[in-house]
Amino acid sequence: MNKVSKSPWLLHYDASSCNGCDIEVLDCLTPKYDIERFGIINTGDPFQADILLITGGINSQTERVVRQLYSQMPEPKVVVAVGICACTGGVFKECYNIKGGIDTVIPVDVYVPGCAARPESIIDGVVRALKVLDAKQAALKDSGR
Amino acid sequence: MAKRSIVPFGPQHPVLPEPVHLDLVLEDETVVGAIPSIGYIHRGLEKLVEKRDFKQYVYIAERICGICSCGHGLGYCLAVEKVMDIEVPDRARYLRTIWLEMSRIHSHLLWLGLLADAMGFESLFMESWRLREKILDMFDETAGGRIIHSVNCVGGVQKDMDSSMLQDVLRAVSDLEGEMKPVVDTFLQDYTVQSRLKGTGILTKEDAVAMGAVGPMMRASGIEYDARLLGYGAYNELTVEPITSTEGDCYGRCEVRLKELFQSFDLIREAVGKIPQGPVSVPVKGNPSGEYFVRIEQPRGEAIYYIKGNGTKYLDRFRLRTPTTSNIPPMVEMLKGCQLADVPLLILTIDPCVSCTER
Repeated sequence: MNKVSKSPWLLHYDASSCNGCDIEVLDCLTPKYDIERFGIINTGDPFQADILLITGGINSQTERVVRQLYSQMPEPKVVVAVGICACTGGVFKECYNIKGGIDTVIPVDVYVPGCAARPESIIDGVVRALKVLDAKQAALKDSGR
Repeated sequence: MAKRSIVPFGPQHPVLPEPVHLDLVLEDETVVGAIPSIGYIHRGLEKLVEKRDFKQYVYIAERICGICSCGHGLGYCLAVEKVMDIEVPDRARYLRTIWLEMSRIHSHLLWLGLLADAMGFESLFMESWRLREKILDMFDETAGGRIIHSVNCVGGVQKDMDSSMLQDVLRAVSDLEGEMKPVVDTFLQDYTVQSRLKGTGILTKEDAVAMGAVGPMMRASGIEYDARLLGYGAYNELTVEPITSTEGDCYGRCEVRLKELFQSFDLIREAVGKIPQGPVSVPVKGNPSGEYFVRIEQPRGEAIYYIKGNGTKYLDRFRLRTPTTSNIPPMVEMLKGCQLADVPLLILTIDPCVSCTER
């Protein structure tokens, strides 16, 4: 990657994760990995977020919240599923309250596997998400919006 | 009487990484009541015990929560071992203790960072999490994972630490101890921090007993109790003194956790000094039949594990009572009478772990 075309703001939501991936997402923002130096900020406000990082599979309670957060984010937006539970349901797949990965509810653009996903792979996922974001931005422009 | 209004708090909010929902009943700016509702991270892990055999379930138990992972694996294994009458080798007991204390250090540093973040003290948050990386590096070196390390198994531990790893752990612990001093001073002496923590969220000793508070929350209210005194793992051969504070406020809880960090450093040093040579696991034959309760001290307090086996490889029942479950009623009591702006801080000082609570 030559340059970062945009400093995206992240929105993090824990759909039903075990916390492992959540603390690794927070870890990316702290001094060892420090993605804030690229202007990437973890915001709590869906109306100002570009990338939605979701950890954990979908259960009956979080389904509504995930849909709402996704609909509140402005276009263009990218969804990154962090951790194997968010990708497919992972070890919790057979639990009675798990519907499966995030893609059963909203479209997912980037999958970051791992249990727990390491900060390196989360950062890689965010960088891949940036490319998707660029493509979506270009598509929006072409459509005249 | 002022008009009452209800403010929903959560589930998605910037203070905690986890979804927690509270309905706060307010009279102007003062909280007069709080109604917690849980279930956002409920997965149904206890039921999964019917689909995974009792050895495989250790991996699920470790994924009940990513922060208390090591303790959950240990608690489950202890219960199964007791039912099956398995004697764990001495070296495994010591290794379990070392890993458990390391996870306590990692959990408390994580909490201190989040506390600083809730007060808006960003640089202290970053510093706490920077120090925490040293322990995570040690987990990476000794167990092969940063967060979920899968070290416990029924009958012992899966991995051994050689002498160079043990020396690395000791070095990391003494580095950390040196670098912790300024952080401790900031948390306990800084004027700004004191103005936020002192006198807020007071839980009296009587309330703590009546509502069943556990862990640092209970010890901060002056109750001398620590489940490590029960002597599981290698704690019966190590010196464990419950650390207490008499304040019962947020400052007291912060003080207890800071002192527990130093206690954990000492325990790791003592355990590394005393660790015997030998095998790290014993073979497991047969299936568990019978039931047993195990209590262990997690970083957040006392956790209870119950298993019931029926002689097949699938258990009948696994039950877990987590420390946060017991700390929610005292938290609701604490919230009454506080200011709306202090709510995130008060919720944080019980060190809520929603994943454990809801499973």
